[in-house]
Amino acid sequence: MSDRALDISLMVNGERVQERVDPRKTLVDFLREDLSLTGSHVGCEHGVCGACTVRVDGEIVRGCLMLAVQCDGAAVETIEGLSDSGEVADLQAAFEQRNALQCGFCTPGMIAAAQDLLKRAKAKKSVPSREEIREHISGNYCRCTGYHAIVDAVEAVAQQRAEGGK
Amino acid sequence: MKPAPFAYKKTRTLKEAIALLGKHKDARLLAGGQSLIATLNMRLSAPDLLIDINGIKGLDGIIKKGSSIEIGALARHTQVERSELIARHAPLIALAMPHIGHAAIRNRGTFGGSIAFADPAAELPACLLALDGEIEITGPKGKRKVKAEKFFKGLFETALGPRDVLTAIRVPAATKDTRVGFAELARRHGDYAIVGLAASARANGKGLSDVRLAYFGVGNTPVRVKKAEAALASGDVDGAVKALDLDPHDDVQATAKVKKHLAGVLLRRVAAQLMEARS
Repeated sequence: MSDRALDISLMVNGERVQERVDPRKTLVDFLREDLSLTGSHVGCEHGVCGACTVRVDGEIVRGCLMLAVQCDGAAVETIEGLSDSGEVADLQAAFEQRNALQCGFCTPGMIAAAQDLLKRAKAKKSVPSREEIREHISGNYCRCTGYHAIVDAVEAVAQQRAEGGK
Repeated sequence: MKPAPFAYKKTRTLKEAIALLGKHKDARLLAGGQSLIATLNMRLSAPDLLIDINGIKGLDGIIKKGSSIEIGALARHTQVERSELIARHAPLIALAMPHIGHAAIRNRGTFGGSIAFADPAAELPACLLALDGEIEITGPKGKRKVKAEKFFKGLFETALGPRDVLTAIRVPAATKDTRVGFAELARRHGDYAIVGLAASARANGKGLSDVRLAYFGVGNTPVRVKKAEAALASGDVDGAVKALDLDPHDDVQATAKVKKHLAGVLLRRVAAQLMEARS
C-alpha cells in the first residue's frame, strides 16, 4: 500500500469497519478484496453495467464510480446486508420462481436497483408500471435471461407488496 | 484495482480547493465522479491529486433569485430531478433530467460536474445553451460569469481555467410565454445520446419567437442551428428541417448521415412540443 493511504471508518451492513485504504481503491474493490463481501460484482468498471450497485447512505450508487476513501463516515449496504436483513427476501424468491437469473452475475445489482424503485414507489403509495420498472433497471445489464423474466419478478413483488401492505 | 496511484484530499472550503489547484499542477476536482472515476479506471486520466469538493457546504442549493433559477454546482442530478422549484421554473431541465444516466448515477453525479465535463453528447450543456444560461466560475481572483454560448469552447474544453471551480449555474425562470421541448435518441435509456435536442422559445400569438434549438451528440460542443430556428419561428417546420445546418461526424453509435436524419426527426418532435400550450 502506498504512503498515500488513508484511514477510513464507515458502517458496512450495520457493522463498524475501520480500514486503511489506498485512495485509488474503488468502493466495490474495497468491499470485495478488503472485506470479502463478494456479492457486489465487478463488471465494466466504468458505470455502464450496474453489477456493482450498492447502497450508500440509503441511495443506490455504482460501487465502481465511488472511491472507498469517499465513504469515510458513510453507511454502506451490500447485497449481503440486504439479504441478511430480509429486506429483499420476496424479491429473491420471485427471481428464483420466475427464472429471472441464470448465471446470477447481474442479480445482486438488479435486486438492489429493483428494491430502490419499490421502496420509492411504496413511499408514494404507487405501483410501478412495467415501463417504469424497465426504465429503472435500464442501468443494469443482464446477459443471460434477458429482461422479461426480471421485469415479471419485480412487477409481481410490487403488486404483492401493494396488496400485502408490506 | 485499475486507476494509477494518486493522492486524495478532502476539502471543506472553496478557498482551500482553489489553493490546492494552484499548488498542484496535475490535480483534478472530484465532485460526483461519475465521469472522472470511469476515466481513472480506464487510465484515460492519471492525476497526481484528487481534490474532493463534496464536503464544501453551500454549493448544492437550488434557489429562485429574482427572475432566475440558480443551481449549485454540487446539486446531485437526483436532487434536481425531484425539485419542485425546477419543475415549476425550469421545465426544460426537468424534462432532461430523467435522460441523464441511470438512477444510481444520478444519485452521485452533480449538475456542475456535467457542465464542467462538457461531454458533447450530454443533455445539460445543451439545455444551458438553449436557455441562454450562465455559468458562475470561482477562481483565485474571485467570481466571474460566463454565458453558456461562450463557455463550451471545444471537445471537453470550456472557459474554466486550471485554477477555477465551477460554482453555480443560472437560467432564466420560465414565464407564462415560455415554451420548451426536449427529445433524444439513445440505444438504451440513460445512455449518452446518439442525437438529442433541447429547445426553448417564447409564445408569440399563435407563433413562436426567440427560438433556440441546441443539439447534442452532433459535434464537439452543443450546437445551435440558427437557420432552422428562424424557419421554426416563422412556423415552417419542413423548412426548419431542410435548413438544419449541422455537420455531424461518424461515431461509434451512428454515421453522420444517420445522425443528420435523426436530427430532423427530433426537430419535428420538439417543434410539436414547442407549439403545444404549456399546461
